[in-house]
Parts: sequence; structure tokens; C-alpha cells
Amino acid sequence: MATIDIHPQTSTHHHDDHAHEHEHHGNFWTNYVFSEDHKVIAKQFLITGMAWALIGGVLSVLFRLQLGFPDADLSWLKPILGGWLTPEGKIDPEFYLALVTMHGTIMVFFVLTAGLSGTFSNFLIPLQIGARDMASGFMNMLSYWFFFLSSVIMFVSLFLSTGPASGGWVIYPPLSALPQAMQGSGLGMTLWLVAMAIFIASSLLGSINYISTVINMRTQGMSFTRLPLTIWAFFFTAIIGILSFPVLFAAALLLIFDRSFGTSFYLSDIYIGGEALPNQGGSPILFQHLFWFLGHPEVYIVLLPALGITSEIIATNSRKPIFGYKAMVGSMLFIAILSFVVWAHHMFVTGMNPFLGSIFTLLTLIIAVPSAVKIFNYVTTLWKGNIRFTSAMLFSIGLVSFFLTGGITGIFLGNSAVDIQLHDTYFVVAHFHLVMGSASFFGMVAGVYHWFPKMFGRMMDERLGYVHFWFTFLGVYLVFFPMHYIGIAGFPRRYYSWTNFETFSGFADLNMLVSVAAIFTLFAQFIFLFNFIYSIFRGKAAPANPWESNTLEWTTPRNPGHGNWPGEIPTVYRWPYDYSKPGAKEDFIPQHIPYSETPESNLPHENELIKLELNNGSINGENKTHH
Amino acid sequence: MLTLIIVFGVLLVLGILYFIFRIGNLVSLVKGKNEEESSSANAVNAYLFLLFMIVGLVAFFWYSFAHFDGYNLPVASEHGEVTDYLFWVTMAVSVVAFTLIFIVMFWFTFKYRYEKDRKAAFFADNHKLEIVWTVVPAVVLALLIFSGLRAWDDITDEASKDAVVVEVIGQQFLWTARYPGKDNLLGKHNYKMIDASNEFGLDLSEENTWDDFKSLELHLPKGKEIKLVIRAKDVLHSVFLPHFRVKMDAVPGMHTTFKFIVTKSTADMRAETGNPNFNYEMACAEICGRGHFSMRFPVFVHDSVEDYENWLKSQETWLKQNPDYLKRIPAEKREAAIVKSGIPADSKEAIQNAAVTVTLN
Repeated sequence: MATIDIHPQTSTHHHDDHAHEHEHHGNFWTNYVFSEDHKVIAKQFLITGMAWALIGGVLSVLFRLQLGFPDADLSWLKPILGGWLTPEGKIDPEFYLALVTMHGTIMVFFVLTAGLSGTFSNFLIPLQIGARDMASGFMNMLSYWFFFLSSVIMFVSLFLSTGPASGGWVIYPPLSALPQAMQGSGLGMTLWLVAMAIFIASSLLGSINYISTVINMRTQGMSFTRLPLTIWAFFFTAIIGILSFPVLFAAALLLIFDRSFGTSFYLSDIYIGGEALPNQGGSPILFQHLFWFLGHPEVYIVLLPALGITSEIIATNSRKPIFGYKAMVGSMLFIAILSFVVWAHHMFVTGMNPFLGSIFTLLTLIIAVPSAVKIFNYVTTLWKGNIRFTSAMLFSIGLVSFFLTGGITGIFLGNSAVDIQLHDTYFVVAHFHLVMGSASFFGMVAGVYHWFPKMFGRMMDERLGYVHFWFTFLGVYLVFFPMHYIGIAGFPRRYYSWTNFETFSGFADLNMLVSVAAIFTLFAQFIFLFNFIYSIFRGKAAPANPWESNTLEWTTPRNPGHGNWPGEIPTVYRWPYDYSKPGAKEDFIPQHIPYSETPESNLPHENELIKLELNNGSINGENKTHH
Repeated sequence: MLTLIIVFGVLLVLGILYFIFRIGNLVSLVKGKNEEESSSANAVNAYLFLLFMIVGLVAFFWYSFAHFDGYNLPVASEHGEVTDYLFWVTMAVSVVAFTLIFIVMFWFTFKYRYEKDRKAAFFADNHKLEIVWTVVPAVVLALLIFSGLRAWDDITDEASKDAVVVEVIGQQFLWTARYPGKDNLLGKHNYKMIDASNEFGLDLSEENTWDDFKSLELHLPKGKEIKLVIRAKDVLHSVFLPHFRVKMDAVPGMHTTFKFIVTKSTADMRAETGNPNFNYEMACAEICGRGHFSMRFPVFVHDSVEDYENWLKSQETWLKQNPDYLKRIPAEKREAAIVKSGIPADSKEAIQNAAVTVTLN
């Protein structure tokens, strides 16, 4: 690969890390706005993602107010909601659906896909594999700005007089195809589709970059088997993204045709608004297949990076090698493959052929096995560790707890016979918010705490981190655990109110608890926001390797410039998990330390590798990039 | 008002936290951060995890047992008893697994909290262990799956020929039911024939439509197989009968079906729950627009098949209620339609009307 060695010579004479700002003679625009530096792009993704998370969180609190306090007078929200409040001071039922829809869309795509993968794949891939930047800095920059454009369009749709898209984040037609079915299916839905099309372009640009960077740009000695689990996770995530997002694009395109050009891909035999529509022969089920062909892999696009991040954090802070490195990689690979053949478990009772239901039940429950393996491996990594509860570690343990709690209910839902009753109830809401939403969110927050020193050269405040963790951890459990009971009782989701039904007349108390906990959890995030902003400017200066971690990013200067290492990129000699190795002086041996320097702790087969180290500085000739 | 208080409360807490934070920062600047402080913070987190584990589990078990009747919906269908059984077996298995892992995990976080002089074990893998915890979940899951699949096959099997057929139609935002009448055959329909009165879009040229009738309440017999034929007029809806453990989407452009046998009549259920006002209900479980949450459809289960048949007999056919539509029927079939729909033979008026319209045409 004739690539990418960005300014290797300009940076060599700068060992003073304050000098980095002057390395490139760019201006404000090229350094901070249209930057091609993966670290700046990562921060752009992070900050945009945080803004979206805040918006998504506020939307959820708005609809939780309706559910928890159905009789409350919300007139005080008039300045924000305006015409979406009824004269009695209640949220308009249609706007309620818009809130639910936009909360889902924002959290799944803009926060946990772009905000999570965009931030950490960008930030960590070059730093942890020993590369100067992404394979294509320009495409990487485009990826962010496509995301930004998509964000702007989605944001604008919130303020339309007919409201944003309101048909649920899954935008099932015909509801989403017919403006006469609900207001949100008018211009709001059009903007949703446009924004998502651009979003998919952004995601693909990013994924292509991540994949080619991981394959082609690893430093000397960084074989695949020495990649940190973070990189494996980002790598698989990018592959899943490339294979599944185009299908959503196709689904959206056909929906655009149905909406605007009179085709009938998803529409048939519809009588609405006193009129029989001409469309015949289409199938709404087709859309569901296409949507979930992305939709289910999307769950893992959201989750795998979080699992990768926490694998790294848990190993580092347990001061132990991650247990079962190969099993962790293997189960991620297995999950990535299986994620493509389980999609129809979202559709057991949609009128799909029941035989398909059997097949998808089988495949779905197979995917539970590698997930269980991951949990066992995390727990075993803690065993006999020497655990340091950094904020990042707390959030990582929180993630494992959510992954366990939410994952286990997947066994109910994946079983088609049991799913009949649970489908589209609060049981499902509880399940995916814990296993996918909260777990991934915790992975993202853990990543921010852990790599903040590398991003901004300063430490975040640990005590605020503890408070943030405990409030959020308890808050999330109080929000989502009670929903299991509500769901077992049959309460359907996306209901504005349950008072029309005797069957669903109970649980006013639990619903109120959930809403209070949701408000509490949202406010706890301001502790984080404060800590984040405060620490960027006034945090303690970060030491070179604050967590005594083995991975390569901690060999860069405190504030790495564009190109990451001022001199040569370090060569890698070992895997990233040599923590607490018997015989070693310290309880960690970074990846760039050769075996020849650690005779006291080498295992027998490692001593043999020393000869190879002396020959060419690399144990396998597969790396060829940097000169 | 309550919300306002909460908002102010949280703001207050945040303000206090900020001051604690500032003071803490200044103090630690003066003192310099020492090992002891960070190891005591470490211990606090470890104890909090332990506390969380114990309190969390106690709360979980306490609520689950104490409030069982609050969240456990009585079941009233044959297959529902099977799926409920599966649900509770899965629950037992997963609660055991969950509790064990939960305890072990938080015990480890507590037991192995940081100590200055301890070194962690270098324990990178163990194939035996890994094989065990791959195989055990796989076997347990396989057992759950196969019992689940057997139930699923039975539930989704073809309904028997003599099943009671009822059509349920979803539209924004109400349900209607169409009964096939004496012939037990639902007549043809065509969405293009829908109008203000002919809400089913009945194709009256087909004889099976003549004795079909409409009901604004779903009446079902106890102890006899029922086959719901489900469709939607405008957008997706989903038939949800919580007590019968029935859920199936209503899809425009196609028919979906669900067969089941109700085991408890409305009267039985009133006795069982001790609630004389108990009523079965049907809800919509697929987002369908503004009124999604209000699509309640009353359900009444008769004590016996005879009761149910008596109710059927008491219903008027749709055609009888809308005799104007006789004129849509070709003249040579009209006499038969009048007989089949139960329009009294002596009320010649309707027939004459219809005939007049035809001649005018």
C-alpha cells in the first residue's frame, strides 16, 4: 500500500508536546473544522453524539412525563412544545408518537452508531494499531460532515409544523408511507428518509476506512492476534455495517418511491380517508424483512464496540489478561455472522410464514451462546484480579451487569411461542433498553472516561465519575427493571395512555417510579457533562500512561499531533494483555517492550521469539507499511 | 407542580455537588493526593457493588413474589397454558442463571478489589472451563428451543375444518368483527367496494356474503376451536387478546390467521378474579397512528357453544340491515339473497325498490 505516512519528518523534531499546535501550518478551519486528523474527527463525532444523546434523553423524559403523570398539567412546557400541548396542558397523542419515534431514531443511529463507533473507531484504530492516521483522511472527514448534514436535517424535522416522523423508529409502511394516516408521515417522514440516506453514506465512508486501516496499516509486529479486542470489535462492526446498511438504504429508497412516485412495493388494498388507493400487489411485510436485515445487525453495530471497549478497560483495571482472548474474538466473529440470520425474530407475529418463525427461533437462540461466553469471560477476568475502580471500570462493570440482565430476557423473546404474548409489550422495551441501549451507552461513557486523558491531555474528575456512575447505574435499573413486570402484565408499547383498558389499568405506581427514575437519570448526566467540559479546560494534566495500560496509544505524547508519534511508530512485540505476568517487575508490560528486555517474565515459547526480534524487529514479515 | 419540585430538587443537589467538588479539589491540591485516599475510594465502590447486589436481589425477589397477582395475567386459552408454562420454565432457568452470575460477578468485584501488595493472577485461558460454559448454555437453550418449537408448530398449525370462523378488521382507530353467518363461510370482499355503509367491502355478487353479519363486540364460544381471520383496511394493526395469549398483526392486502380455544367464559373469569365487572378486551399492539392506544374492542365469551349459537341466531345479517344493497345483486340471484339474508319474505317493498332501480338502469 502506497499510503498515508502523514508528515513523518515534520514531527520528528518535536518532543515538546506543547508544540503540536504549530506542527501543521493549517488555520483554525483546517485544524478544527475540516480536519483530516482522525483524533479531531473522533472528537467531532463525540461532541455531536453527546448533543444528540441529550436531545434523545430530553425527548424520553417528555414522554415519560405523560406515562408517569398522566394527569399532570404540563402547561409550563408551553414555551418548548407550543402547539403540541392540548388546551388541558397534555402532550398531543400524535406528538407523543413523534417523541417516541425520534427518541428511538436518535439513540440508535445518531448516538449509539455514529456517536459510539464514530468516536472510538476513529480515535482508537490508528492509535492502537500504530498508524499515523486513517487510510483516507479525506473520506474520514467526509464521513463526519455527511453525518453532520444528516444531523442537521433530522434536527430541523423536529420543528416542522406537522411534526417529525411519528410512525415508530422502525417506520413500518403503510403508516409511514401515507400522510393521510398521520401528520408525521408527511414532510417529517421525508426529512427522516433523506437524513437517513445521508447517514448511511456517512456510515459506509467510515466503515470502509476502518476496515482498510485495520487490514493495511498495522505497525511492525502488530499481527491480527496481537490486536486489542477494541480493534477486533471495531473491525467486525465496520464489516457488519458495510453489509447491512445498504439494505436499509434500499428499503428507504423503495419507501421513497411508494411515497412520492406512486409505486406499490409496500402498499396494497388500502382504504383510507374515505378513499380506496390504487396501489395493489405490494407487501408491508417486505419492508419489515428489509428493515430488520439492517435492524438486527444494527443491534450488534451498537453493541460490539461497547463490548470491545469494556474488554480493554476490564482487563486493564483488573490488572489481568482478558480471559479467553481467542474465545472473545471467536464469539464476536460468530455473533457478527449470526447477526445476519436472525432478523425475522422481530416478525414472529407479523403474518410471516410460521415455518420461517421456527427457523429464526433456532438461529436466534444459537446467538445466545457466544453472548453467554462473553459474559463468563468478563466475570472470569475479574476473578483473582486486583481491581481498580476507575470511573471507566465502574461503567464497564455496569455494562456487563446490563448485558446479563437484558440479555437473559432475550431467551424469552427469541422463542417464538413465548414471544406471542411478549411481542410489542414493555417486556421488549425493557429487554432492548438494557441489553442494547444502556449497555452500549455505558460502553460509550466508559470509553470517554478511559480515553479522555488521550483525547484532551487531562484527567476527568474521578469522584464526579463515581457519583455519575452510581446515579446512572441505579437510575437505569429503576427505569428498566420495573418494565419487565409491566410487560409480563401485557402492557403494549407506544401507548399514549392505558386508561381505555381495564386489563391495563394497574401499575400507575410503577410507571410513576419509572418516570421519576428517568428524570433522575437524565439529570445525573449533567454531572458528566460538567465533568467533561470542566476537565477539558481545568482537569489535572494527564500522565503519559494514567491507567498503566499496555496498548500503543499510551506511547504517544500527552497531546499527540497529527501523525500521532513524533518519531518512529513503535514496533509491537507482544499481545496487549500482559498484565501481572509472573516474574515481571511491574504489573503490566506494554506491547512495544520486546521479549529480550523481559527475560524474567517470558514464557518458554516467548524466549524463542527473542531471536526473531533481534533479526528484524518483527516476528512476522506481514507488516509492510511504514518507512 | 410535582415535576417542578423534582426539577428544583435536582438543581439543588447539583449546586451542592458543585461546591463539594470545588472544596474537594482545593483540599486535595493542598494535601496532595495520596495512595490511601484512592484506595479508600476503591473500597467504597467495592462495598457499594456488594450492597447493590444484595439489595437488588432482595428487591427483585420480594417484588416478584409479593406482587405476583399484580403482573400475572390470568390465562384463558389452551395454547396460552402451554406458552405460559414455557414462559415460567424459561423464567426459572434464567432466574437461576441470572442470580448465580450476578452474585458471582459482584462478589468478585468486591473480593478482588485493589490491594497494594497483591498481584493479580495471570490466568489467560482454560479450555476445559470455556468448553463447559459453551456447552452447558447450548444444551439448556436447545431444550428450551425444542419445547418452544413444538408449541409453536401446534399453535400455527392449520385450524380444523369445523372451527368457528370470525373475521376481525382493523382500521384507524377501531375494530369490527364479521361473522360468516349460517353457512360458516366468509363472503368475498374487495377494498374497492368499501363505502360509508359497506365498511367490509362486501362483494355482494357472491352468495357467501349474504348471511354475513357485523358485530361491534367480539363474541366467542368457550371450549370450541376459533379461527380468527385478520385483516386491516389502512395501516398495520395487531390483534392482541392478552388473556388468550393471542397476538397477530393485521396487514392491509393480506389475511393473517390465529387459531385458539378459549377455556374460560366471561362468567368463569368473573368468578375466578372475584371481579363482577370483569371483561375480556382486545387491544391493538402495532403502532397505527394517533388513536393507537384507544383501539379497545370488547370481547365476550359465552358459557357454552349453545349459548354462542343462540347469540349468532339473534344477529341480523348485514344485508338485512342494509337492504338498499340488494340492488347490487344481479336480478336472478336476488330472490336467493333475500332468503339467505333473512329479509322477511313479506316485506316486498325492499325487493320492489331494488327492482325499480334495476329497470331505471
